[in-house]
Amino acid sequence: MQVVVCVKQIPDPSGTYTLDPETHFLVRPDEQVLDDTDRYGVEMGLQIAQAHGGSVTLVSMGPKGSMQGIRQALAMGADRAVVVDDADLKGSDALTTAQVLAAAIQRTGFDLVITGTESTDGYSGVVPQMLAELLDVPALTYATEVEARDGKVTINRQTSAGYDVVEASLPAVVSVTAGVVEPRYPTFKGIMDAKKKEVEELTASDLGVDTSLRQRVTAVEPAPEREAGVKIEDDGEAHLKVVELLQQKKVI
Amino acid sequence: MPFTQEHHDFRRLVREFVENEINPRVPEWERQEWIPLHEVLADMAKLGLLGLEYDPVYGGQGADHLFTLILAEELGRADHGSIGMAVGVVTDMATPSLHRYGSHELKERYLAPVLRGEQVCSIAVTEPDAGSDVASIRTRAVRDGDEWVISGSKMYITNSLQADWLCVLARTSDEGGYAGMSQIIVPTDTPGFTVSRQLDKLGMRASDTGLLEFDEVRVPVSNTIGAVGRGFQQQMSQFVIERMWAAYSTAAACQRALERTRDYLRERIVFGKPLLDHQYVQFKLAELAAEVDVLRQYNLAVAERHDAGEDVTRMATIAKLKAGRLHREVADWVLQFHGGIGYMEETWTSRFLRDGRLTSIGAGADEVMLQVLARIDGYTA
Repeated sequence: MQVVVCVKQIPDPSGTYTLDPETHFLVRPDEQVLDDTDRYGVEMGLQIAQAHGGSVTLVSMGPKGSMQGIRQALAMGADRAVVVDDADLKGSDALTTAQVLAAAIQRTGFDLVITGTESTDGYSGVVPQMLAELLDVPALTYATEVEARDGKVTINRQTSAGYDVVEASLPAVVSVTAGVVEPRYPTFKGIMDAKKKEVEELTASDLGVDTSLRQRVTAVEPAPEREAGVKIEDDGEAHLKVVELLQQKKVI
Repeated sequence: MPFTQEHHDFRRLVREFVENEINPRVPEWERQEWIPLHEVLADMAKLGLLGLEYDPVYGGQGADHLFTLILAEELGRADHGSIGMAVGVVTDMATPSLHRYGSHELKERYLAPVLRGEQVCSIAVTEPDAGSDVASIRTRAVRDGDEWVISGSKMYITNSLQADWLCVLARTSDEGGYAGMSQIIVPTDTPGFTVSRQLDKLGMRASDTGLLEFDEVRVPVSNTIGAVGRGFQQQMSQFVIERMWAAYSTAAACQRALERTRDYLRERIVFGKPLLDHQYVQFKLAELAAEVDVLRQYNLAVAERHDAGEDVTRMATIAKLKAGRLHREVADWVLQFHGGIGYMEETWTSRFLRDGRLTSIGAGADEVMLQVLARIDGYTA
């Protein structure tokens, strides 16, 4: 089974993010890390490939920088990587991103594409669905469990009430939630082997994707400061006030 | 030799392992005064963190020494000192002699299971009447046919309550002084061996430390590491590795302590402004950070020269001496700047002060480091 896992390199979330004052694009340092949410997809891909025989190819779009984040995923055990790095893609919206990824995935070939639900630096949350549409295969999203065998894939799809069991024939795109599996640590050997693995570098024109920007960020505002909470003194009736507040907020 | 991408990636791995798998368990280990080492070492072995520089034939990784430096530094950043010491004992204090001088059979039998994370080992040199003065040890191994018969006691032995085997330094002849000692592997299930007491300590409380008794303990002569009679010299070079480990992990521990203190003092408002706004505090922390940086760079120089095959006895001695003293200074200041809360058991500063105090005592006390240095540099009459 040929598994493709979409991964993204993002600025280390433990540091401070800065935005370009003119374009409002995220300033990406040379050293970026693997988006933590992608580790679940990589792990899922590795487990499926190991269980049924097959390979895991990483597909990524963005400034390659030092490739630290890509190496992290390769060190976990992925077989190879395709990285699309093109200055013209800076500030791409979700659709362009999906078009680039879809073209790279088509070129690679796939039975199953695994993605996270959304990236930690962009949060659009629509790339997996667009990707499926562009690849013309079913989209199975928000998976908390995945099983792929005998030409089909079955997932538990997280819902507000619990989960739905969703099944589709392969090839397909599956987006996985954090916690679908416990991502493995890379090993010393994995780290040393990562540098020997094939990393193919492509540009948008290699893939024939139109890079013209269709979206512009006009303004960026800091999130409002959190308002102070309400303190309720317990005079013996505090529970009633708490219940009332919760009802007002429609929590209960 | 500069750090490569692989070194950086390895540092990230160990840091994540410490943050996710070690630190959350530290409070429990401190309460229980016990680290389940078989379990932790098995997890570390799966990631290839044990025996970094050792021969892959025995399960080592065949890596360069900078990886060891990184491992020691990152374990040094853990929430307590015990884990770094316990792992260091296994990887860099009890096994270097075995790897360097031991026979193939001995390495297969004792080193390989340790590197697979199946066995815990420990180094037994110190005695009730001989600590830094190693030449005064009294534990004797008397030859009887193909066996050594070992009698004596060993004191302050780290990991010894859960160790599967010990690297014991014993007298194997009557020559006295530095001559006539041998390093012998003693499995802890050998009849006659007992841990007579778990020792209660000021710090490193999660690490188990024992007083050991050997009452006519019989092991094969083939358990001797390297040459009979060369034990002292072999142990001295093993001590060099041990001192390097202590210096590496201490420098990183101090750096993290200063970072944590800085972050706390930025939030802590006193007299209407953050404590970190006071120049006195800024200067003191900056000065300590500078000292820590000097030590880290010195450590790197030690590591590079060691990796190039040079004898780094003098440099490792200086690094360990400096590390012990610097830790005492840093621990005192970070606790002071935390104020009352810094003196509380619930605050990390208290444990940091206690744990690091050992650095000036273990692996040869500061005064022994000075004695060694004075001798090497010719400051002796």
